[in-house]
Amino acid sequence: MFIIKHKKIFISISIVLVLLSIASLFIFGLRIGIDFNGGALTEVAYKNSRPIQSDLDTAFKSLDLGSVLIQPTGELGYIVKSLDLNEAQHILLLKTLSQDGKSPLEEKNFNSIGPSVGRELTRKAIIAIVLVSLGIILFIAFAFRKVSKPVSSWKYGLMAVVSLLHDVMIPIGLFTLLSHFYGAEADTLFVVAALTILGLSVSDTIVIFDRIRENLKNKTGASFSETVGKSLDQSYMRSIFTSLTVIIVLLSLFFFGPESTKYFALMLTAGMFFGTYSSIFLASPLLVLVEEWQKK
Amino acid sequence: MWRKAVSILIVLILGGAVVFFVFKSEPKLNPNFQAESSFFKNFPFRLGLDLSGGSHLIYKADVSGVKAGDVSVSMDALRDVIERRVNLFGVSEPIVQVQSSGFVSGAEEKLIVDLPGVTDVEKATAMIGQTPLLEFKTEAPAGTPQKATVSKDGKVTLDAGPQFVSTELTGRYLQKATLEFDQTTREPKVSLQFDDTGTKLFAQITKDNVGKMVAIYLDGAPISTPVVREEIPNGQAVISGNFTPTEGKQLVGRLNSGALPVPISLLSRQTIGATLGSDAVTAGVKAAIIGFLIVALFLILWYRLPGLIAVLALCIYITIMLALFKLFPVTLTAAGIAGFIISIGIAVDANILIFERLKEELHTGRTVSEAVDAGFHRAWSSIRDSNLSTIISAIILFWFGTSLIKGFALTLGMGVLVSMFSAIMISRIFLSGLILVGEGKVARFLFSSGISK
Repeated sequence: MFIIKHKKIFISISIVLVLLSIASLFIFGLRIGIDFNGGALTEVAYKNSRPIQSDLDTAFKSLDLGSVLIQPTGELGYIVKSLDLNEAQHILLLKTLSQDGKSPLEEKNFNSIGPSVGRELTRKAIIAIVLVSLGIILFIAFAFRKVSKPVSSWKYGLMAVVSLLHDVMIPIGLFTLLSHFYGAEADTLFVVAALTILGLSVSDTIVIFDRIRENLKNKTGASFSETVGKSLDQSYMRSIFTSLTVIIVLLSLFFFGPESTKYFALMLTAGMFFGTYSSIFLASPLLVLVEEWQKK
Repeated sequence: MWRKAVSILIVLILGGAVVFFVFKSEPKLNPNFQAESSFFKNFPFRLGLDLSGGSHLIYKADVSGVKAGDVSVSMDALRDVIERRVNLFGVSEPIVQVQSSGFVSGAEEKLIVDLPGVTDVEKATAMIGQTPLLEFKTEAPAGTPQKATVSKDGKVTLDAGPQFVSTELTGRYLQKATLEFDQTTREPKVSLQFDDTGTKLFAQITKDNVGKMVAIYLDGAPISTPVVREEIPNGQAVISGNFTPTEGKQLVGRLNSGALPVPISLLSRQTIGATLGSDAVTAGVKAAIIGFLIVALFLILWYRLPGLIAVLALCIYITIMLALFKLFPVTLTAAGIAGFIISIGIAVDANILIFERLKEELHTGRTVSEAVDAGFHRAWSSIRDSNLSTIISAIILFWFGTSLIKGFALTLGMGVLVSMFSAIMISRIFLSGLILVGEGKVARFLFSSGISK
């Protein structure tokens, strides 16, 4: 009952976090990766020692490759970001990086994406976002079609959607910070992470709403707010534990897993964490708030 | 009684068989892998390019010259030709696929080529670029303006392009090319034999153009512009240009491996070095093992006996998934492995929901066996609902995704489906069997959880 009693505090925390995330999105912006914008990324590792970055920078200035961004990676490597490269330009880039053969290197990864492929992926991502959101909303409406007293079923759906937006917004806000301070780029996996959060975090909310549904049927509790409070007391542990096991494997993926899925794992971890928070401290308290307004 | 014991035995035997299969078919686990029968050798894990290293190329096909209805036929022909070309160079398990234009994928017809093990992108594109584009063009109607350009040093070049117009006849309809030598001049020439459709087209073209020139274009440049003397009904044409016997021989080889039915241009290239890929595999396996161990530890410490059973069910779940990856086969990418690792965390969700319910039922004073039944029965609706939303996301992601997203959506979606089976069916069979431990204090302790007594 503690949560329901102090519901306004918890709802305020969520509102503040979401507002901060939106602010961060507008202030820092999101660095869009070459998946969507087009461009090339070349990762090289030098055999002996890597040349000084400023030497390479000046060497690239005299070339006609557009803006070339060089970042050190690992002990002996550089990651080079540029506009998308054709074969001749790619060879020229490698030649410049190896200082005309003086610093032998191995190319570990090369990715050049033309602008039209980027546009195609952007379109796909937008369609996927729209469809997943619609699918989840329809699913929620379906899952709660039978509960209607004293709060009608579409309001359960609405609260679930509100908490979903909260669950996705905060990790995106965190990602803008990563993007600003560590140069993380929003790529395909970023979109996948956002969409997976939609799918995963709604399940938590459903576990608790399911319990409210059951308790309403069995007429546990004198008032609606008491029923919700009891349901929360009964189910918050399992909600935390089901998320905890997923967070455990996600953290393992972040700390030990492949480089390419690190930010992905981190974003999903944030999504799971705030997803659990929202299903306990946001969705159900909101439901009670709505019922109280109804009575007035 | 007996039935319960038998079901437990059956699950254990089946689980063991899956473990046996995964172990036997995995060279890294099985020291005698070389000596195994071919059955086990046929099911390796299939690794995506980002893990095995290799090149991923996306080409745009220019189908502006193809009639709308023939586009998909041309694209299929294009795929076959590129596939033959790639196979000619001995790349193992290349994947060549057409991505048709559409609402989702955009207006362009694309060809996607995956070349495992080829990390030299210049070599890779050269391999494909060498495929010749053979076209037959006829004289443009009189009055078509000709483009002349004057270069800086005053040389005038006449652009032959507009002078000729494309016909439907292309290298697509070529059956065979052979190198021959002219009997009188000893000059090398390449003779072409068209297939049935090509023969008809060529007959029509020659019939309509008697006394005019028919230009043979190779890779966009005219190589021979003979004048047609009469209709040629037998589908045979000869290219006699200024080439050496070696050049002629090369040309024949290229033509026979297939000419491109439509021109292509490279849109994007990706090459992943082999070391980067194997590093990612090692890291992925490590993350999976560590994640699994911590989850297992948590389950056993918190849920005691049911937790131990959940871990057993989780082990069976993991081996079933690994076996499915091998059998389907599922192409594993870094994102796919991530999806699988996440599914390990989700797989035990159903168990947690059941066990929490079980604990609650025990508190209301039911016997252990009643509580187990009620726990499974009452937790079902929330298990079903909470997994459905993940499945919905996975299906949509799979439908719309690029290969990277597909790998993730597939392993995650499969994982959720399989885990509903393993967490509910398998752990139920085990738990209802273990009720045999009785109703004493020890049994109640074993079935309780958390820090409660």
